[in-house]
Amino acid sequence: MQATEAAPAPARAPNGVFPATSRLSRGRVAGSAWRYVVLAVVSALYLFPFIVVLTTSLKPADEIFKLPPSLGSDRWTLDNYRAALDAMPFGRYLFNTALISSITVVGQLLSSSIVAFSLAKIRWRGRDALLLLIVATMMLPPQVTMIPVYIAWSKLGLTGTYLPLLIPQFFGLPFFIFMLRQFFRGIPEELIDAARVEGASDFRIYRSVVLPLSRPALVALSIFAFMWAWTDFLLPLIYINDPEQYTLSIGLYSFFSEHGVEWGALMAAATLMSLPLVLLFFVGQRQFVRGIALTGIK
Amino acid sequence: MTHRSVLRGLLFASPWIVGFAIFQLVPIIASAYFSLTNFNLFQDPQFVGLRNYQRLASDALFWKSLLNTLYLTVIGVPVSLTAALAASLALNMRVRGQSLFRLFVFLPTVVPVVAATYIWRWLLNAQYGYVNGALGAVGLGQPLWLDDPFWTKPALILMSLWVTGSAMVVFLAALQDVPETYYEAAVIDGAGPWAKFRHVTLPLISPVILFETIIAGIFTLQYFTQAFLLGQTRLNAASGGPENSLLVYGLYLFQQAFVNLNMGYASAMAWVLLFVALAGTFLLLRVSRDRVFYAGD
Repeated sequence: MQATEAAPAPARAPNGVFPATSRLSRGRVAGSAWRYVVLAVVSALYLFPFIVVLTTSLKPADEIFKLPPSLGSDRWTLDNYRAALDAMPFGRYLFNTALISSITVVGQLLSSSIVAFSLAKIRWRGRDALLLLIVATMMLPPQVTMIPVYIAWSKLGLTGTYLPLLIPQFFGLPFFIFMLRQFFRGIPEELIDAARVEGASDFRIYRSVVLPLSRPALVALSIFAFMWAWTDFLLPLIYINDPEQYTLSIGLYSFFSEHGVEWGALMAAATLMSLPLVLLFFVGQRQFVRGIALTGIK
Repeated sequence: MTHRSVLRGLLFASPWIVGFAIFQLVPIIASAYFSLTNFNLFQDPQFVGLRNYQRLASDALFWKSLLNTLYLTVIGVPVSLTAALAASLALNMRVRGQSLFRLFVFLPTVVPVVAATYIWRWLLNAQYGYVNGALGAVGLGQPLWLDDPFWTKPALILMSLWVTGSAMVVFLAALQDVPETYYEAAVIDGAGPWAKFRHVTLPLISPVILFETIIAGIFTLQYFTQAFLLGQTRLNAASGGPENSLLVYGLYLFQQAFVNLNMGYASAMAWVLLFVALAGTFLLLRVSRDRVFYAGD
């Protein structure tokens, strides 16, 4: 992929999925068996919970509560998945969550990119001060604003709808604005100047020069925004009451309240909920990891 | 010209500026006012001066929740960042299949937090859980984890170790930035692996460590969801766990605001949190001043 060609900071931008490493000769690899041992142990620790979840979700109840715990089974079954799907309208939750996540992506793509354009490609006095303010707001605990914002939505009679979750997404998020600004800065000024000489307006430059050159960063933003909206718990918990409107997070939470000790079904439901994100991650891992590297370091 | 360019700049930045005014600036002012009132959402706020703050000072649960959160911040953040750094050092080793190993370690980070927390409730199940199964198999003690007030917070920290992917990626990127020549020079000077790490790697990535510590610290002060879901019981959603050992600050604030509808009291709590976050960040910057090495200086 050409994902990294327009990278703003080549020294820091990973070339592959993760920062690349040079190829090694067979001899050196053979001499470093201990490295594989270390990495195998580390990987096993991180993968172990996945194996437990999957095997638990595929076991009949009596085998789940067998001591000592084991990863094997004589009678693999999909019963837990059937039970989970019977106990909650999974399709409904999936649709609701996908809807909220998609609108969040659209809102953040539109709003964060245009703000980042102002911070990266328009020269104006006060620009650096604004950037500082935007970054500083990341430090503000959301608890400070959460209560008055909730009160306002409730006075407007809009709690119990998706609007309190969706409308704020159209005003940009500091994390995304900062990420895109870092990326936009890597776009050569000559390209902007050339367009300007030809009489292009700022909006035209944003739309026809900057955005098309920033696909990798916009894809990274989309993946992050989608995942965060998909995973979000606190806001849906506060704003959504009607089970018809539940997201997967809230659905799984209420499933636990009612069926907490049915571990097989719960693990099946957790697997179903995580699967779309794991797949998305496999598809977009390159952009995902790069997004973190872009913002994690100044 | 400059005047016009300022207008253009502001125009393009206006989505954030408008959003900031609506969703942050006005709410901050409102929150400061509510913190001086009794407000239950249904009647008009009653001005009570600083009484909410005075009540906080003598509220045992407030102190308990603050200490729970400080426990996670002061112990949990260094532990999980150390684990992330150790993982990134391992994953920075040059081997074939390196990117696959990195993928494995990062994968848990994309699991939705609700699913991840329930997964750990199962893993940490005192009787049938696999963590205790593994501890038993090697002859170690088997804590009651989520049923024992002493072990609930270590359980939260253990859980956080599983999702260190973001910090790991940032550390990896920082490790790649350390010039190879520094290591070569260190080897010529007779440095072993530990000396290389201690005297080359650590100083050079110290700004990134500081940055990640501040981010993780602020994030941990706001901690809510994992504690809420670990303490969740059938009868009481916002329970706080055994002996309130999981009643983190964000959870107590949630109880006050959305269970008891004490919006004024909860707003006062939010302001205390803001000051704790600011003081913590300031302290961290102050303490680290002589210990962080900026290559540019």
